[in-house]
Parts: sequence; structure tokens; C-alpha cells
Amino acid sequence: MNSQNGDREAILGRVREALRVPAPLKHPAERSAGGEPTTAHFREWLPPVGPSLDEKFALFAKLSETLRSELIVCADLAQAAAEISSLSSAESWKTIALHRGGLLDKLAPLLPSGLAQLCVDGGYDKNALEACDAGITECELLVAQTGSVCVTSDNSGGRVLSVLPPHHIVIARQTQLVTDLTEAYESLAAKYRANYPSMISFITGPSRTGDIERILVLGAHGPKRLTILLLP
Amino acid sequence: MSTLAEAPRDQFQTDANRTATDDVRRLAVRRALSNYQTARNRTGATFTDWKSARSAAATIKHEAVNHLDKYLEEFERKFTARGGKVFWASNSEQARNYILELAAARGVRSIVKSKAMTGEEIHLNPALLAAGYGVVESDLGEYIQQLKGEAPYHFVFPCMHLRRDEISDLFEKELGTAKTDNPEELTMIARRVLRRAYIDADMGISGGNFIVADTGMVSITENEGNARLTVGIPKIHVALIGIEKVVPCLGDLALLLPMLATAGTGQHLTGYNSMYGGPRQPGETDGPEEFHVVLLDNHRTRLLADPEQRDALHCIRCGACLNVCPIFKNIGGHTYGTTYQGPIGSVITPHFRGLQDWKHLSGASSLCGACTETCPVGIDIHHHLLRNRRNAVQEKPAPSESLVWKMFAFLMRRPALYKFASRFAPLGSMLHPLIERTALDPVRAWTDTRDFPSAPLRSFRSQFKAHQAQKAAAISQKGGAK
Ligand code: SF4
Repeated sequence: MNSQNGDREAILGRVREALRVPAPLKHPAERSAGGEPTTAHFREWLPPVGPSLDEKFALFAKLSETLRSELIVCADLAQAAAEISSLSSAESWKTIALHRGGLLDKLAPLLPSGLAQLCVDGGYDKNALEACDAGITECELLVAQTGSVCVTSDNSGGRVLSVLPPHHIVIARQTQLVTDLTEAYESLAAKYRANYPSMISFITGPSRTGDIERILVLGAHGPKRLTILLLP
Repeated sequence: MSTLAEAPRDQFQTDANRTATDDVRRLAVRRALSNYQTARNRTGATFTDWKSARSAAATIKHEAVNHLDKYLEEFERKFTARGGKVFWASNSEQARNYILELAAARGVRSIVKSKAMTGEEIHLNPALLAAGYGVVESDLGEYIQQLKGEAPYHFVFPCMHLRRDEISDLFEKELGTAKTDNPEELTMIARRVLRRAYIDADMGISGGNFIVADTGMVSITENEGNARLTVGIPKIHVALIGIEKVVPCLGDLALLLPMLATAGTGQHLTGYNSMYGGPRQPGETDGPEEFHVVLLDNHRTRLLADPEQRDALHCIRCGACLNVCPIFKNIGGHTYGTTYQGPIGSVITPHFRGLQDWKHLSGASSLCGACTETCPVGIDIHHHLLRNRRNAVQEKPAPSESLVWKMFAFLMRRPALYKFASRFAPLGSMLHPLIERTALDPVRAWTDTRDFPSAPLRSFRSQFKAHQAQKAAAISQKGGAK
């Protein structure tokens, strides 16, 4: 065994040997000319989403409710800051964590002055982040079909900010709402080309578990609450 | 659970006999699964066309598995280009040693794990503990099973067989916490303990649901956020994944993720679906400095070499076939004695661990086909069970059994002889009670739990003959009256 990459050649050899006899395709589906299965048809089979923005929004709002995400439509940044401020006093927050970004740079100065801010860019102390009462992030996209928030390590403050503090607040614009996962992947591909962020995560509701008697409990390890502040 | 030294078949029989009559446990399992079917049906019904979606999912996995070499190499190229490291392990030992050596070389002390059935498969935890590392399972169900010192009961719902009071007692004993019958409080106890585990760990170990070839990513599906933390916080990450998990492109997940969620738990999408393309990249805020992917063969290529059953490698481990299986519901997960329980486990385990030792699993099926019906990637599960049975006999014929069948065939082809022999059946019936349920009883496997039917005094043939004669007489009478 080569210690560099292990039993690479042996495994690939066994794979090629095994594949000399073809296996029948029992469930043929549409394929593109290149032989690759096409993604274009997925939309025809998955749960439908209306084409208009209103329909997308209605579905996203409905799913958010089922998922127990809290969706708040805000007229502007000032209202978003006010919402955070009232959450902050309701839960008596002391420190919130956030990151730098187009929306957050404008939002941060509007937040209550008594609320300490921990900015994760450029590195942070993980114990300090763990002690924060909430994390505020931007996101890449919102997905109507599944009620998901798509965050990446590139635009949502890295890998941990959106999952370590007990309350995750997402600030997004309505224009970020896409139809489904197919559109989400297409849009990520168009934005990042070959240079994807090292993490892409679709967050669908607050952290949850059903491990004890299959009874739903929120906040298993990640956030107990997920609040989405939606700007025009 | 029975001891490991026992032959798998004997262990299975003993445990099945015990669990099938354990009404308390069966009730717990049935209750845990009661909501599943409703949720799954509800979410499945929102699909415009589940069947076509299933065909497409099967086609994607067929493409990937039948060009496994090409896609694995593509994944390796892309993932390595982003600073990831790929290690190919032929068997459990190579995989374990790689992880042990890596941990030693980096001076690791504590390790946090998120759910990985491959870890169970290669017995990783005992090896890490023996080498002196602290290892904590972070998925709530896995954590409970780890505290209990038990293997997972179901590869998606690890502790579905436990009641809340049992979990409360376990926490009281192991963690010194106060008793509670509230699932939320129990979850919060685990949350508090495990938070420290993520922060303190030097190494995170996870499995992976999909390997994405065209972008060089590992995709992990979970509900709790424990995998997000495991892959996010510690400075070294290792993902241990079976080679069959590959899919050609990132866009394929747009179909596979909703299907996995719907079939697995009845959700539209699982809580967190995260795709990782290597360690922290230049300019990023956080993430591990090193990201290793261990690609595990461990006899998967043996199954790959069987074109008839190759599609068993399409499995996305949603667990749906377990949830609908009447055998699973009655004998429970531990009885299988395997890493992968239920119908799919019965199909693949004989390929991974030896047909003769594990063929009994393929016999433990009602062949109702519920598994095949429910499978989101259309694996022909119950027919594969039949194929395992056939292969087992072809590989190692059972002479006494085939002699019985030969005698039966001989008899059936000779009506006169059959008629003569069947005269003795009532005699057999009369004598059988003398040896019933003793070592001499040739049908003891049956009589142990059931009554043996007694042979009728008049055979079907003689009754039929008499009936025909009566009918003929009636007709001729009618004819005479006309
Ligand atoms: S065989 Fe099919 S139903 Fe069973 S776990 Fe695998 S994908 Fe799910």
C-alpha cells in the first residue's frame, strides 16, 4: 500500500475489472445527448412552485411556518434593526456575532448600542462565539420549493457563525428568492464558476431532532430559532 | 445482544426468537414509526411525479456506479486541487490505520464524530479509544447509543427502540442528571455536554451522503447541525465514505436531496444539506486546515462485480426499506447483527462479509416487496434476496434438501405411486404425535411454534372422484326426466 494515497491503483483496478460486464438500466429516464442525466426535467417531477414572485413568496412563507422558521417582512433596514432590537430585549441578549457584508455593514450601526458585537471576519475565539446570544448572517439565496436558506462560507461569515449561536438571524432581499434547488445550483455556478466557497449549506428550519421517540425537538445542536428578515 | 463468537445464523435465530415476543420493545418501535408513514405519504404526494423522479434518481446512480472509476478520479482531481487529501482504503484496517496515523502525527487528543455508518463498519471507535483518544459521537441518537454501549438500532434512527424513561435513566447513570420524561429536556442535556466536545476537539470525523465528482465536494445531510459543527470547528477533518456514494454533478443533488428527505423522514428537505469542497480556502473566515477524504472499498467492488445486483450500490441509505419492512418491525435492528440493518442490509451483507455466513438474512423475508416499492432509487431489493438464496445454494448445494426435492419430483411424476404413497399419510399423522417436538421430529422447526396439520382420511383425489360420479349421476337423472 502506498502511504501517499493508499490502495488507489488496486481499488481502481478492481472497479474496472468489475465493470467489464455492463449492468442493465432498470429505470430508464431522460438523458441529454452527452449521456449525462439531465437536470432540466427535475422541475417537472418535484413539488411545483408557481413562476411569479408572489407565488414563490407564498410558498416560502407557508413552508417557513411548517418548519418553524420565523419569517418577518421588513420595509427597510431600519425596520430590520428594530426587529432585532425587540428580539434582543425579549431574550435579553448581551452579545451578537456577525460578519462584514453589503447589508450587514449598513445594518450594524443601526443595532442597539448596548448590544456588544463580535465580528468573525479575520478569525475569532471559538469560546467567545459560543457564548454569543445570536448570530446574524447574510445568505446567498432563499429557496421557495423547500423553504431553505442557502449560506456559504464566502458570504455568510464562514462555516460556524450560522450554526453555533442559539439564535440565527438571516438578513436577505426578496430578489434572492429562487424557485428550487436546481435554480439555486445554477445561480451558484454562475456566481462562482469553478471557484466555489469551501462550504455551501442549505438550512431548512432551525436545528431539529426526532431521535427520542421520533418526537420533534428544536435546537438539537444548532440554533433553536431561525429568524429570516426579508427586505424588498 | 448475543455474543460475537456465536455463528451469525445462530445469533440471528436466538435474537429473533427473543425479540419477536418482546412486546414492549415492539410497541416502542411501532410507535416510533407510526408518524413516519403519514409524513412520508404527505410529502411524497406533493411531488408532481414521484415515479419519474425515482427513475431519474436511479439513472443518476446507475450512471455514477457504472462509471465509478471515472467519477472517483474526477472527484479526486477536483478535491485535491482545492487542498483536500484523498486516501483510498481497500479494507477496514487500511482505513483505520490511516486515521490513527494521522491523529498521532498531528498530536490529536480528542475527536468529535458526526454520524458515519462507515465508522461502524470499520469499527473505528474501539480502535480510536484503544489508542487513547477521547471520542464523542455528536448525533443525539448515536450519542445515546454510545453511552449505552450499543450499536445503532437503525442506520437512520439509531435509538428509535428506546423509550424516554430509559434514556432519562441512562443520562442519570452516565451524566448524573436529574430524571425527566420530557424529550426536549433530554435533548438539551445532550446539547450542553456536546457543545464542549466540538469546541475542544482537535479532529472531526464524519461520513458523507454524496461525493460530487464535477465540483470535488462531499455532501452531508443531517437535521441537528452536529455535522456542521463537526466539519466547521476542529482544525482537522476526516470524512470516511464508501466509494459508491459518488454522483456525477452538483446539480444532481437538486433531485437526490429532496428524495432522500422524503423517503427517509417525510421531510421536504433535511435540516442541513451541506456541500464541502476541501479545507478552509484562502480568504475564508474559518474551517479546518486539513480535510481528508477516506474512500472505502471494503468489498464494495465485490458487489460491483455482480451486474445482476450492482444496483444495490445505488442505495442512498434513506432507511425507508427498514421503516416499511414487516420483518424489521418484528425482530428489530440488532437482531440482524450487521452494520446495515433491514432489507438492504440483508442484500449487501452477504457480498461484504461472505454469502454462506450471512445467507440466512435473505431467508428472513416475507418477499412482500414493500421495500422495493418504497425505495427512492428503485433498487430491486426483494428480488435480490431471492438471488442471494439462489446463489447460496448454487455455491454450496445442500445434498439432503435436494434429495428430498428429487424424491418429491419422482413421486409427483408417477400418479399411481403418489396415490399409493398418500394412503400412508393418515398413518404418519397417527404416529407423528409420538415424536412431535422431540429431536427425532423431522419437521421440528415447524412444530416448535405451530401445530402440524393432520392428514385427512380421504384424499382429494378420492373425494373428487366421488363428487364427479355424483354429478354424472345427477345429470343422467335429469336427462331421463326430460
Ligand atoms: S435500499 Fe432504497 S429504500 Fe433502502 S435505504 Fe437504500 S435507498 Fe433507501
